[in-house]
Amino acid sequence: MNYSTSQIWFLIIAMGVGTFLIRFSFLGLIGARKLPDWVLRHLRYTPVAVLPGLVAPLVLWPEATGGNPDAARLLAACATVLVGLATKNTLVAILAGAVTLFGMLALLG
Amino acid sequence: MSIGGAADLVDNKTFPNETPPPPSAPTRAMVVRAGVPQGMGHQKAIPTDHELPFEPTPRLGYPGSGRQGGRMADTTNSSSFWRGLRDGLPFVLVAGPFAMLFGAIGTEAGLSIAQVMGFSIVVVAGAAQFTALQLMGSDAPTLIVLATSLVVNLRMAMYSAALAPHLGAAKLWQRMGLAYLNFDQTYALAQAEYDRTPDQPLARKIAYFGGVATPLLPLWYGMTLVGALVGAKVPPEYALDFAMPITFIALIAPALKTRAHLAAALTSIVVALAMAWMPSGLGLIVAAIAAMVVGAQVELWQKARAERPLA
Repeated sequence: MNYSTSQIWFLIIAMGVGTFLIRFSFLGLIGARKLPDWVLRHLRYTPVAVLPGLVAPLVLWPEATGGNPDAARLLAACATVLVGLATKNTLVAILAGAVTLFGMLALLG
Repeated sequence: MSIGGAADLVDNKTFPNETPPPPSAPTRAMVVRAGVPQGMGHQKAIPTDHELPFEPTPRLGYPGSGRQGGRMADTTNSSSFWRGLRDGLPFVLVAGPFAMLFGAIGTEAGLSIAQVMGFSIVVVAGAAQFTALQLMGSDAPTLIVLATSLVVNLRMAMYSAALAPHLGAAKLWQRMGLAYLNFDQTYALAQAEYDRTPDQPLARKIAYFGGVATPLLPLWYGMTLVGALVGAKVPPEYALDFAMPITFIALIAPALKTRAHLAAALTSIVVALAMAWMPSGLGLIVAAIAAMVVGAQVELWQKARAERPLA
């Protein structure tokens, strides 16, 4: 990480203000206005649009192994996806991923 | 916080604006409604009918389920507050470890304890905080980090719109407070509560909302601090580097409820990997925009299909 202290604090405050304004947006407007359908339709997909793209390179090219694909991490990611899809439960999926990761790291050495 | 949404809570909801299909001529919509939860058969996207992106609670049973019908109306603001607090308690199990993980990874990545706490106190949005941390780890430009993490939070504009009819009459300072506390969890429970009993007085709606947030907020701060204090001492063989990817995957997988969600997620992955050559973070923004458009488009197709009678 290579940021100056002031850059980091700028980021914290700007993220905080931005997030607050998003949360406040319609609560803040006088007279509740409805979001147009097409806006809602796109907003619905913001988390599933950002997070998979954020994670994919981390799974395929983990920094901890110098950017080389790593069996333990790949399998842990697969286990997390499958358990998450099957159980619809975030905590259980995290546990499955962690157990797989540590198990494979121990096994593969 | 703002993590672990509430797909469950909206699954069984009936949508007031939804015209029931004609009794004869079964449509795909009916089939879809019977099997798959929601997200496809809506006639009209009203702000309250969207689904939540994240899974809400550990499955200890959704607080309030099973007693929706027989629940007595609260007679005082204080009982609304306590009921909200009780309903919000199961979220502690997700938010606590999540905050701790943020604290640990944040300090390990090189943030000071004050900065890590700054994120958790000023931003209070787990997924966005982790997104920022991840991009900072690859030294993305500050503005890219900012833009990407705010995109993750855009869903909260939906929450705000859905809450406005119920809470819009509150005083400005109250609405500002409610906005600060407008997380996935508070929103999900409050929306379910207001749908059950829409006519309760404003003060009771606010009290319930505050009740849900009350255990969560100090927990979020406190567990971030705990994580920050222990994080720097975790040795590398524990592969803490991979805790964040696993957490993100575990958040997203349960949210892949419809083909539209699945299509958006796949688009995001493919475009992000294809754009990995771009300056860090920029490819992700391109991927996110493409994925949102794909998700929305697939939703439209699904809807059009669902309206057609079955052959």
